[in-house]
Amino acid sequence: MYDVAVIGAGVIGTFIARELSKFDLKIILIDKETDIANGTTKANSAIVHAGYDAKPGTLKGKLNALGNPMFDKVCKELDVPFKRIGSLVIATNQEEMESIKELYERGIKNNIPDIKILSQKEVRKMEPNLNKEIIGALYAPTAGIVSPWELAVALAENAADNGAEIKLETEVTGIKKKEEEFFIQTTNGKIKAKYVINCAGVYADKINEMIASKTFEIHPRRGQYNILDKSTGDIVNHVIFQAPTKLGKGVLVAPTVHGNLLVGPDAEDLNDKENTETTSERIAFIRERSKKTIKEIPFGTTITSFAGLRAVSNVGDFIIEEAKEAKGFINVAGIESPGLSAAPAIAQYVIEIFKGVKKDLKEKKNFNPTRKPVIRFMELSDEEKAELIKKDPRYGRIICRCENITEGEIVDVINRNAGARTVDAVKRRARPGMGRCQGGFCGPRVMEILARELGKDITEIVKDQKDSYILTEETKKNNQSEVDVIEDMTMVS
Amino acid sequence: MLKYDIVVIGGGPAGLAAAIEAKKNGVDSILVIERDRELGGILQQCIHNGFGLHEFKEELTGPEYAEKFIVQLKELGIEYKLDTMVLDIREDKIISAINTVDGFMAIKAKAIVLAMGCRERTRGAINIPGTRPAGVFTAGTAQRFVNMEGYMVGRKVVILGSGDIGLIMARRMTLEGAEVLAVAELMPFSGGLTRNIVQCLDDYNIPLLLSHTLIKIKGKNRVEGVVIAKVDENRKPIPGTEKEFECDTLLLSVGLIPENELSIQAGIKLDPVTSGPIVNEAMETNIEGIFACGNVVHVHDLVDFVTAESRRAGENAAKYVKNKLKKDGAVLKTQPGDGIRYIVPHVVRSENIEKNLDLFMRVDNVYHNMNMVVKVDGKEIKRIKKRHLAPGEMESVRINKEDLACIYESVITVSLEREGA
Repeated sequence: MYDVAVIGAGVIGTFIARELSKFDLKIILIDKETDIANGTTKANSAIVHAGYDAKPGTLKGKLNALGNPMFDKVCKELDVPFKRIGSLVIATNQEEMESIKELYERGIKNNIPDIKILSQKEVRKMEPNLNKEIIGALYAPTAGIVSPWELAVALAENAADNGAEIKLETEVTGIKKKEEEFFIQTTNGKIKAKYVINCAGVYADKINEMIASKTFEIHPRRGQYNILDKSTGDIVNHVIFQAPTKLGKGVLVAPTVHGNLLVGPDAEDLNDKENTETTSERIAFIRERSKKTIKEIPFGTTITSFAGLRAVSNVGDFIIEEAKEAKGFINVAGIESPGLSAAPAIAQYVIEIFKGVKKDLKEKKNFNPTRKPVIRFMELSDEEKAELIKKDPRYGRIICRCENITEGEIVDVINRNAGARTVDAVKRRARPGMGRCQGGFCGPRVMEILARELGKDITEIVKDQKDSYILTEETKKNNQSEVDVIEDMTMVS
Repeated sequence: MLKYDIVVIGGGPAGLAAAIEAKKNGVDSILVIERDRELGGILQQCIHNGFGLHEFKEELTGPEYAEKFIVQLKELGIEYKLDTMVLDIREDKIISAINTVDGFMAIKAKAIVLAMGCRERTRGAINIPGTRPAGVFTAGTAQRFVNMEGYMVGRKVVILGSGDIGLIMARRMTLEGAEVLAVAELMPFSGGLTRNIVQCLDDYNIPLLLSHTLIKIKGKNRVEGVVIAKVDENRKPIPGTEKEFECDTLLLSVGLIPENELSIQAGIKLDPVTSGPIVNEAMETNIEGIFACGNVVHVHDLVDFVTAESRRAGENAAKYVKNKLKKDGAVLKTQPGDGIRYIVPHVVRSENIEKNLDLFMRVDNVYHNMNMVVKVDGKEIKRIKKRHLAPGEMESVRINKEDLACIYESVITVSLEREGA
């Protein structure tokens, strides 16, 4: 019997689980996927917005403004890459300058610090590679970039370090309430909990409807992206947005925390909550749109394209409240942009609601806010590298040639709490396969290490989903019957 | 700090040949650094035959070809380190490298030979839309799994791109019991050797769909199918020509890219066409004493040519160490003319040419009955008849030293002219 079950291990679910793990509670974090952060959290713009965009008075606006400054502390505690590089919203004509001024006004109302409107000259000085047609920009120095899935993994790990349980590959199929207990039916057995927090992303409406009547709807809005090689990451120094126009919000061009360049997204409303396909038309569209920001982005260095789904609600704002018909069941739904930026504040907001629901919450005395630091081999000095290999020779073997990732780092991410179980999970945590060869060289080696560390056969290792097998069987050379055939043939001759 | 006269980076066919040749030319202090567990490079996974026809006048498999050089390397007592990764190379020729035994190493070299080979282009690089399931492999990765690790990567296969590795994998997968449904090629001609099209596709009735491309990958977890369409002369898919193939595996053979990340860090200038270093007749890069050879310079189709080119690099690295490489004299630039994509070397210092100069190049299309015309400063010095030319088959031209008598900053051009024109 758990005190709290958190459904959905995206950045919101993991943040809430970690906040809850500060209290004397028995917590379980459930997700249908094979890994933490495998939904919306793994495919978005990875931006920590300054907070000028949301309408004043909305939860989005309030929690974005509160969430942004919280990133430094939590990313430091959890050793997650985060860079406060600032953002620019560019304008290429007077009309767009007007919309930038509106954003500025909104930012002032939302209490966003240090925002200002820059002249053409100032923009050029800050970003020499931008399109020459840009006449001005809104500058927000507090905007940042983060690695969303690394953040979610770190949060889950820290929650687990502090006693929370994690159950993956566990899809919720039904919820019933008997007296003061929720019975959560899953594909992996029944789970009993006193309280439930629904952070199921694009499925949050379905989960809500398992226990309460329909009060909101979530529809998936797909966005497609290109990610470019590290050689192009320094084309811009800030997150560059385009001023919103009648045609839409435009696409962004931004460096990632790992030094790649990200271009995207578009926006496309769909019905299918699983449709993360990319399409050539939309990729062509984002590439075309990006010209407004930078005339010629070297798309020849594209590493990969991907699509993510935003969980858009029909309410128009975040939905964070206890379900009226189901006491003890808290919905955290419709967390579209700026959901990542607001995540730390959302988690605290939920804790406040939870305190109202469960009055006798007791803080844990021995909560450990930090997690074991992550060794990023290539960031060490030569002396540190030498020292580390002496201590653990596995750091002397490079597995991923593009990103120079060592065996030591890969073994570490497999063996941590909330550790990696799949090739993609290793890739998200330690980056082998994230480089320009996309796992061409390191794929077989990573599989070998996963099999060894998990005590599995290499044919059991999957790419990402449960059924995403990579190898089918051994080749004929290992097949006994083949040898028999040859022996038979020898006997005949 | 470790010190060597010559450090060769890469223990594949290029690195091995360069090291052996340097040793034969009187340099004893040589180190070969290989990142894999064994010497031989990608040849170790090429268990098909057809290697060594030029070099040894016999048909060898990849490992057999490699073995001849590995044996020689060991007999000559050349030092090598396996499972060792070079992290960076500085312009002053200090190399940092790591492995599990020696730990972190700083190595000072008088000369460096870059022989890191190449890598395959991936799905992302060519932007194939659709889902991202398991079952999409580059042909080389599949080759490693099947030939070295002993595992099959799928049962029903479609191959995109008709590069040599793709063609060879079509045969290999068939022999291992998989069904290869088709090889689709964007261009109106194959990017592979003619002999591979005959021996790997025709012999097994595997269709080669020229002027076709892949427009979609289907399947959420594992590949369930692909959609292929015919393309027009601008290489854009023609609506209505889509054809769906039900398969569990997609192999990509869509081009190779020289692996020059270390070269770029060291400040070496690259040719945008080859994606490899700009080199002179000695295979020396723009940084004095840093040489390059093999697929890191330009992608070769035959290992025999890699060997020949790498010997040149090794010999000249030895000369450089012994201060015998001439630095002055007339400098010519090579320049590709009509029908030629690139020429290696890019720069020729005629003083260093002993007898002949070999130029290597690739054409930009399939041609029949052409003349390959070599000119120095516009004056024709050589004309060779060619019945068949294709981008998949590297061409070479040998020029006599006497024909290179020229003034400083002369230009050598090679271009194609239609016969009789």
